Amino acid sequence: MTLEAGQPRSLEAEATNRRIRRNWLLSLPAILLLLVAASGPLLIVLVYSFLKPGDFSGVVWEPSFNAWFQILFSRDIFDDTVGLADAHLTIFWRSVRLSLSTTLITLVLGLPTAYFIATRSGRQRTFWLFLITIPFWTNLLIRTFAILEMLRNEGIVNNSLMSLGLIAEPIQILYTDTAVLIGMAYVYLPLMVLPLYAAIERLDFRLVEAGYDLYANRLQVFRKVILPIIKPGIVAGSILVFVPSLGAYVTPRVLGGGKNMMIGNFIELQFGQGRNWPLGSSLSILLLLIVMAALLFYVRASSREEPHG
Amino acid sequence: MAERVRKAFSIRRLPGFTTVTMICFAALYAPIIVIVLYSFNAGDSVALWEGFSLDWYTVAAQNEQVQDATLRSLLIALWASGIATTLATMAALGTTRTAKFPGSTLIYVLINQPLMVPEIVTAVALLIFFASIKVATGYSGLAYLILAHAAFCVPFAYLPIRARLEGMDRVLEIAAADLYATPWQTFRRVTLPLVAPGIVAGAMLAFVISLDDVIITEFVKSAGQDTLPTYMLGQLRRAVTPEVNAISTALLGLTILLLTAFFILTGRNDKSA
Repeated sequence: MTLEAGQPRSLEAEATNRRIRRNWLLSLPAILLLLVAASGPLLIVLVYSFLKPGDFSGVVWEPSFNAWFQILFSRDIFDDTVGLADAHLTIFWRSVRLSLSTTLITLVLGLPTAYFIATRSGRQRTFWLFLITIPFWTNLLIRTFAILEMLRNEGIVNNSLMSLGLIAEPIQILYTDTAVLIGMAYVYLPLMVLPLYAAIERLDFRLVEAGYDLYANRLQVFRKVILPIIKPGIVAGSILVFVPSLGAYVTPRVLGGGKNMMIGNFIELQFGQGRNWPLGSSLSILLLLIVMAALLFYVRASSREEPHG
Repeated sequence: MAERVRKAFSIRRLPGFTTVTMICFAALYAPIIVIVLYSFNAGDSVALWEGFSLDWYTVAAQNEQVQDATLRSLLIALWASGIATTLATMAALGTTRTAKFPGSTLIYVLINQPLMVPEIVTAVALLIFFASIKVATGYSGLAYLILAHAAFCVPFAYLPIRARLEGMDRVLEIAAADLYATPWQTFRRVTLPLVAPGIVAGAMLAFVISLDDVIITEFVKSAGQDTLPTYMLGQLRRAVTPEVNAISTALLGLTILLLTAFFILTGRNDKSA
């Protein structure tokens, strides 16, 4: 770059400049759209999180850290003492617990499924892959609604348990944390299976064979050979499930029924009945930061894995 | 001989995996199948089978709110996927088959941003932003929904087009240039026909994604601007009716149709590339 530019060199530089200008011009409309209707408004949320709530909705333009303070603490209205905001902590804990459980359940169910699909050959593999893709692209609302149907007191699950004589009366599953967990595991399972499949598909079975040749049993081969190789797929699947679970809105709203809120529903509440836009904004930014941290962890983890894979 | 050995001890088989897989697929499909079956139920129960009928489809089709919401959903999806695909095609042409340039990573991150930010956060941000514009301009039409949908559809349109472009040979375009075609002619006659399957695939993905959206639509829509998914969400709050089953089944059918077409298109890609 510091070299004296001779005649051919400056021609080359001009061509490069022209190419860069062309690339930017072609990308510009998409970037403008995304800045206006996706990225830009996030800055407004950031600003709002440092303002005071208006009386009915909206904000008052006075700087305040109260919204960030309110995430974890509450001030007693009578004696002005500061305590932990228990209701908020319950919601955060539920969100994290349910998201982690969802990730674990989908991993335990998804790994064998992905392995099964990846070890089929030719047309069979395409068929099973197509079967896992259909639920993936089916409207999330329809799938949540399907689970709602199954779990109702008069639904299939309760009916079959009763006709089997296992229970005398329908058990209330709907509108509990369990219902939300079942729903999220159901809805996000394909997100776990697809990256796992991609990882297992590339697995070199000669390594597995070598393991058996060296007198390893199936469990040892699975733990010592297969698991370490497909680890990037496990990390990818887990992030892909954990991130949308943490920000879930539709599933807890439909299956949790208002009381069993997760962060997403709590954020909405602040913009609706809660009338605390700054608190809703600070919660949104917090959720965004957690998700970004998870994605960054994933990028780090996968770039570290690459030289080995 | 080899066949028999493999049956005795297959290195690929892991005990219990097939059972778990079958349970998984049964669990994935049972709820969907129940919905589809009961949409054809004659009675108004969602638990008791009373014979086959198409009554609920008729009820849904004659419901004015459903008609309205369906038309609005399709209109938004058409506009949004059209805008998103056009912009995504341009961006893909600008960011593939070129050396890294200043800002290329930034462009890539911006385009894929909707895939990374939780939808509820974007929904809240758009609610705040559009609410103030609505107050300032007095306009509260469909344009907000179309803009919002177009934005989150961009990455879904961009990725298949980019994949198609990356798998394309430069030789034909160089040949066209050698034969004195102008850059525009080369683009129109050579590049565009070659990328077309990727563009169509991207447009279909964008269309499905727009059609399915619940959260952003729920936050951005003004009064009386229900789309099919937000209408269904509103219905679920009250009571479950077989009518919702019928709408779900119809939407499911449309999704599978578009998906199959998408698979055929991208599948053909791989062979020719």
